[in-house]
Amino acid sequence: MTLTEPWRVLAFLVGIIAFVALNAAYLVWLERKVAGHIQGRIGPKEVGPFGLLQPLADGIKLMSKQLLVPKGVDPLLFKVAPLLVLVPAVMSFVTIPFGENLVARNIDIGLLMIFAFASVNVMGLLLGGWGSNNKYAVISAARAVSQNVAYEIPMLITVVTMIMLTSTMNLNEMVIQQGGGILNWHFFANPLMPFAFLIFFVCALAETNRAPFDLGEAESELIAGFHTEYSGMGFGVFFMGEYANIIIGCSLAVILFLGGWQSPFEFLSDQGLWGVFWFLAKVYFLIFCVMWIRWTYPRTTLWGLLNLSWKILIPISLLILLLTGAMIKVWPLITGAS
Amino acid sequence: MSGYFKELFGGTKSLFVGLGITFKYMIKPVVTVQYPHETLVMPPRFRGHIELVGDEETGAPKCVVCGMCQKACPTNCITLTGEKPEGGKKKVLTGYILNFTTCSLCGLCVESCKFDAITFSRDYNLAGPRKDAYIFDLKKRLEEKSG
Repeated sequence: MTLTEPWRVLAFLVGIIAFVALNAAYLVWLERKVAGHIQGRIGPKEVGPFGLLQPLADGIKLMSKQLLVPKGVDPLLFKVAPLLVLVPAVMSFVTIPFGENLVARNIDIGLLMIFAFASVNVMGLLLGGWGSNNKYAVISAARAVSQNVAYEIPMLITVVTMIMLTSTMNLNEMVIQQGGGILNWHFFANPLMPFAFLIFFVCALAETNRAPFDLGEAESELIAGFHTEYSGMGFGVFFMGEYANIIIGCSLAVILFLGGWQSPFEFLSDQGLWGVFWFLAKVYFLIFCVMWIRWTYPRTTLWGLLNLSWKILIPISLLILLLTGAMIKVWPLITGAS
Repeated sequence: MSGYFKELFGGTKSLFVGLGITFKYMIKPVVTVQYPHETLVMPPRFRGHIELVGDEETGAPKCVVCGMCQKACPTNCITLTGEKPEGGKKKVLTGYILNFTTCSLCGLCVESCKFDAITFSRDYNLAGPRKDAYIFDLKKRLEEKSG
């Protein structure tokens, strides 16, 4: 089915926003279920069957709350900050290929665009913390920035490795290269790739401010970090932005390493809706891992966080970059000569 | 330098061990009792407030109104009354009030009873809105129980 241009834009706009909102709502439910079962509890179960209406109840509650703007805040920054977290995350969905033909804009620099928008996210946190006129929020904002700066480096080095391997920045192109079964996924492209994947995943966790790297909202020290002063839907939008960022991070990991919408085995179809199925299955598996990690590890210290990035992730990702480059250039020479 | 790699590999391995443990707990069945919807039956030796024991055949209380429990009670929370029916030999219980607000569940009444006429109940859902809710009419309770 082909739609004419304005209708196509509208359909994708509505679809993406609905996808983000629905996911934000039901990932909270899933998160609470996972947390509950890991801790030997059940999680939400009262509202609707299996507590499935809980997100709806939470949403209604959040929307009916007063949007309090405390005295002394910077009114403009305070109101813009939640949007600066949510909008870039939604924008990033534009280039994500959900299926072979299901991508809003199949542009050649899709990967670059996503990282450009991802770096606006931290700006939202910074402005929210700064504009709140609250010392906890400012400390949290400073932490979030130092964390994001530290983790952007290994993440981008890993991404550069992938770009060298695929020689494209078009996300759909990258996925098409990984066709033909699980062994063609970039995860198995060379022995270094699992490590690259691990580094990418750790960095994605840190970039999205997820536990164990959620220093920005360390409840025990900073009340709620940058969203201390936010109430009602202001907080809700921050929350939606966080979950949208998790989906983006996991989608990127799937596209770069785990074959995007390609099926794991050749005899299984990845045409049409099957492609969407495989893509979402992989993404949700990674999101489950993110939650699993959150409820396994305690929060790191800022010291440990920065040490991990500067002393371990950056050197190793540089090494992987170097070795992959060598493999791409030198390996054909050797095999070509013999 | 070797310490660096040792820490790196040891640390990474321990992280995966941790994930394994939480996964095991996640798939374990949950043992939480969903309290208001389901309740546990207390074990036989649970010490709730006292209740009267009925005669197995007639269902009437086994109590002979000797008053030993009333005397044994250190806080005077038991009040019982009885009367001799016309033509009958034994006293019959007409009222047995337990003021549970002062009861300390010491169990001296149960011990002092020579006829096994009182016992600990296994009731623990005792929330009530007023103080009056804890003045228990144990005779009425027994009658309701035996139907």
